[in-house]
Amino acid sequence: MSQEIEVPELGSVGLLRYGWRQLTSMRTALILLLLLGVASIPGSLIPQRTQNPIRVGEYFKNSPELSKWMDQFFLFDVYGSPWFSAIYILLFISLIGCVLPRTIEHFHSARALPPATPKNLDRMEHHTSWSAQGDELEKARAWFKSKRFRVLEKDGSISAEKGFARETGNLFFHLALILVLLGISFSSLFGMRGMAILNVGERFINTTTSYDSLNNGKLFNENNLSDFALTVEKFTAKYNVVTSSPEDYTLDVKFAKGDLSQSELRTIKVNSPLKMGNTSIYLQANGYSPVVTVRDSKGNVAMQGPVPFLPQDSNLRSIGAIKVPDADPQIGFVGSFVPTYARSGADGAVSVFPEALDPRLLLAAWIGDLGLDSGVPQSVYRMDTSKMTQVGLKSLKPGETFTYPQGSITFEGYFQWVNLEIVHDPGKNFALLGGIVAILGLLASLFTRRRRIWIRVGKSVEVAGLAKNAAPGLDVEMAEFIAKLKRGK
Amino acid sequence: MSRTWAYLSNYLVYSSMALYTLSFFAHAVETAWAVRVTSTDSKKNLDYKRTEKVARIATAMMILGFVLLFAGVVARGLSAGRVPWGNMYEFSITGALAFSGAYLVALRKHDLRWLGLLVSIAVLLTLGTAVAVLYRPSAPLVPALKSTWLVIHVSAAIISGGVFLLANAIAAAYLYLDAMESRGERTAWAKRLPSLEDLDQLSYRLVAFVFPLWTFAVIAGAIWAESAWGRYWGWDPKETWAFITWVAYAAYLHARVTVGWRGRKAAWLCLFAGSTFLFNYVYVNIWGTGKHTYSGL
Repeated sequence: MSQEIEVPELGSVGLLRYGWRQLTSMRTALILLLLLGVASIPGSLIPQRTQNPIRVGEYFKNSPELSKWMDQFFLFDVYGSPWFSAIYILLFISLIGCVLPRTIEHFHSARALPPATPKNLDRMEHHTSWSAQGDELEKARAWFKSKRFRVLEKDGSISAEKGFARETGNLFFHLALILVLLGISFSSLFGMRGMAILNVGERFINTTTSYDSLNNGKLFNENNLSDFALTVEKFTAKYNVVTSSPEDYTLDVKFAKGDLSQSELRTIKVNSPLKMGNTSIYLQANGYSPVVTVRDSKGNVAMQGPVPFLPQDSNLRSIGAIKVPDADPQIGFVGSFVPTYARSGADGAVSVFPEALDPRLLLAAWIGDLGLDSGVPQSVYRMDTSKMTQVGLKSLKPGETFTYPQGSITFEGYFQWVNLEIVHDPGKNFALLGGIVAILGLLASLFTRRRRIWIRVGKSVEVAGLAKNAAPGLDVEMAEFIAKLKRGK
Repeated sequence: MSRTWAYLSNYLVYSSMALYTLSFFAHAVETAWAVRVTSTDSKKNLDYKRTEKVARIATAMMILGFVLLFAGVVARGLSAGRVPWGNMYEFSITGALAFSGAYLVALRKHDLRWLGLLVSIAVLLTLGTAVAVLYRPSAPLVPALKSTWLVIHVSAAIISGGVFLLANAIAAAYLYLDAMESRGERTAWAKRLPSLEDLDQLSYRLVAFVFPLWTFAVIAGAIWAESAWGRYWGWDPKETWAFITWVAYAAYLHARVTVGWRGRKAAWLCLFAGSTFLFNYVYVNIWGTGKHTYSGL
């Protein structure tokens, strides 16, 4: 109790100042840094919505109570969660509060001369003395100059200092980290990221309605979508004959920017996106779209065209749904497409190679209510058959037709589809610049030694040195210095 | 042609394992002799002449093993017509190469022969696991890996890893000897090991030397991710753990330079940081999910 009386009462300004000082102290910064590391661990062990929404869904299915509880703490969105943001925002405020005053101080001290030679050099490290010849001061001056020391000469003594790059590099490193963070926030505020599935032959015009999914930054203006169109000309996938693993994907597109009548041929590969300024087009995935014609019992075409199917394994066995909501009654097909067919006891049909060498379309036809008007969003690859009845099963080769009581479906052939990701990222160059400056600053700060060397010449010569942070190597340098001084003319 | 190279690579890796084994035994004999010499002679003056020869043999075996392993890694790359960093078997043999390489380079400047026993057994275990568990036939790369950045990013990461683990081994030795000293005197064989202060300095200098390279490896990875996956940072498990390692070593450097941590506390922090690197390699590659898992392993 007695202690409380001694502490002067903190006003709101005092409290703020106290808080600021605590936050910008080195210890707090260090704790926050470690905390940031610890806080990013759960996101790497628990599936995250942004990377793996399907596994998050499984989590909810398997243990709904636990998942709900975990979701309360944003454990499926760790890197966008308030607690994670709080840590890194505090860290960066702490960083700024730590670095800015030091930058100003360093700026002043960089222009100041080194402090005068201390009176008692014999108390310093690396102290040596010997009887003077007379020209030592001159030699020392020349040596300091050739080694680019900053010097202060006074009353027969020189005080020299070197290694300012250490603090300069250190400050640049930390300022660069702030630049990286600004770049990242700039990207997420003004950026855009969208996906579009296109069949070979299809055209894409860059408007918001062309996308299958689109994520805008909070401050992204849709009028800023870059003005381009492209047509998928050709998609080539090469696979290893032994392992079926992909070896190369090449996408050829006809690309037009601004004036849509002027187009040129461009190639997009996995590691070389099509770039225009801050917008890039990436080739992300590919698969097959079986082309079908659905007819009603009178032979009228109810639906015709390619339907993208979703690959399930490395041999591109793909599943999908063909929905014909305009037929009466509504009709739908749950299907699987295998590019190279083989029979398997357990699974029915499997694919043994990802290229379409012997394609098959396996269909189950359903009649009833597709449930598309219920308002609940449905996946285009799946069908809700709860209000439907199955009317037939069939495996089709290209060109074959499956006839059921209510009509028929013909497997005409297939197209390949590609999934393009279009990204507008205006902050990435700032982040990159920050990264480069950070490394350079780090190198300067870790490999520069800050040290002082003094010499005083009277009847005898006295030299001494001091290395900051106990950096090694000063003894070698002192030896070189002394040898230089002792050498005759 | 490519088959021949793949077989040659396997033989070279096996041969290097034999040499690392010899190196391990030579190091073991050296340590054992040092103890025996002490028990007969007076406690303070150790006769190192006898052990000197064995120690030289141990180091020579390790250098030969390193050369053969290097050739094995190169041959593996030639067999597939690419850099040999496409799966975990290849990462492991290259990682073992980097670790023993970091040791041999550090040996030129520092008296680290005592660490040879640990290095040779660690390399042997890594190679053994790689050959027995992780082996995959040599195959071309999947499209996402076909990039110049593979060479830059992966080599920087592997070299950093080798040096981080060496710093870890030294920090562990520090803690072991520190515990021994706090109980009393060092036992006979431990007497020729460097002072605690030297070990402390050495592990710090290794980390400070390689931390910029690790930073570079992470940034190079981000640049590559931007061109392959459409984003430079996506909190993929591998990226997250690389970041955690970076943060841990950054904290270690700060703790030493700014706050003045030395000795036991610093060694523990160093070990923690190194273990995040190992965790990233082992756990995320084998049990993790994400974009860094390719073709099985």
